[in-house]
Amino acid sequence: MLLKEIKYLLWQELKLENRQRFAFNGILLYVISTVYVVYISTKGDTQPQTWVSLFWLIMLFASANALQKSFVRENSNRYLYLYTLSSPQGVIISKIIYNGMLTGVVSLLTWLVYSVLMGDAVSNKWLFLCSLWLGNTGIASLFTFISSISSKSSQNSTLVAVLGFPVLLPLLLTLIRLCNASVMGVSVADAQNYLYVLLALTVIIWAMAYLLFPYLWRE
Amino acid sequence: MEIKKHWWKIVCMLLLFYTIMAGFLIEVPRMPILNETIRNLFFHVTMWFSMIVLLLISVINSIRYLSSQNQSHDITASEAVNTGVFFGILGLLTGSVWARYTWGAWWTNDAQLNGAAVTMLAYLAYIVLRNSIEEEQKKARISAVYNIFAFVMMLVFIGVLPRMTDSLHPGKGGNPGFNTYDMDSQLRMVFYPALIGFILLGIWIMQLKIRLKKIENSKQNEATHC
Repeated sequence: MLLKEIKYLLWQELKLENRQRFAFNGILLYVISTVYVVYISTKGDTQPQTWVSLFWLIMLFASANALQKSFVRENSNRYLYLYTLSSPQGVIISKIIYNGMLTGVVSLLTWLVYSVLMGDAVSNKWLFLCSLWLGNTGIASLFTFISSISSKSSQNSTLVAVLGFPVLLPLLLTLIRLCNASVMGVSVADAQNYLYVLLALTVIIWAMAYLLFPYLWRE
Repeated sequence: MEIKKHWWKIVCMLLLFYTIMAGFLIEVPRMPILNETIRNLFFHVTMWFSMIVLLLISVINSIRYLSSQNQSHDITASEAVNTGVFFGILGLLTGSVWARYTWGAWWTNDAQLNGAAVTMLAYLAYIVLRNSIEEEQKKARISAVYNIFAFVMMLVFIGVLPRMTDSLHPGKGGNPGFNTYDMDSQLRMVFYPALIGFILLGIWIMQLKIRLKKIENSKQNEATHC
């Protein structure tokens, strides 16, 4: 039942995305121009550790920007109609899956553009990809949940950053450590602990979103 | 005023008097670098413990609010956060003055300092969130949700991650000072009473703020009825 609902809602999201293609293109352009700003201001010459932290800063702001609208995108009357039909759990899970896919695509493209301009500092590609994927899933889930909180208040856009960044820091800190390890060529087995922490954090975020979202939902 | 209900306030006063007097007067172990600043243990570390207790009270009340929709739980939750943030600011001040004279900097990139910063930022965000929503019940519900979420993330940040790295704090990593094993019995004789005293003080301040808030609310209700 829930699965069917999620599948249906996911399909709706994709259709909506296809209709508003400028939104996705906007995010891509945002990422590319930010990378270019970073490239111009550092002249493409950075230490590996700076490389990693700049990359995650770009990703962080890009996903904050992309996802802050995830609950105010549609016309509110249509929302009301669509969501009287489905359960809050279905809504939050489908949003998280959808946003995870969206930021996943964005992050891969960012990595491409970033390493073309700034040089490729990563020596263990698999570890970097692993942490990129896990980290993005975590960040996307967190911002989805935070944007559902902030969409209820009057000043939406600043609130996403204010509410999101402090609670995001544990995730970001682990991610940056992992990526530093991947830059230094540490093997996946050696960085295992951090990967587990990342996974655990993501699971905690999912659990909290699943349990708490119904309370946000009830109007 | 029955003594049965208020005895703990007297205990709190006595313990704090004892803390202030004994805290400055007793013999303390002489440690390199720390020297006399070891006394900050009684006035700095206790702030963080009080803050954590207040935030715990707050998150429990947020959970109770979500399950009961009783407005008084929401008032308790928000006033506990306000008091907790106040204690947090005191902790930051006492900590950073101390750090200036022992580590040579107001702020360092230390796991525990990061934890403190995150906690303060998250709870200041909680206060901003509350102020940005007009409607009372909506405000209570949404901020309760954020409170629970932030508390869990904060627990991960200050409970799990610091164990994976070293810290500059005395007794952690390879730093001179005490840890739970070589903390002097003299220090403990003041530290534990100080801990209880400051936690009770925090709860007392919180209660006063709750009563004030309730009076304000009922006055507002009267004004709207007239």
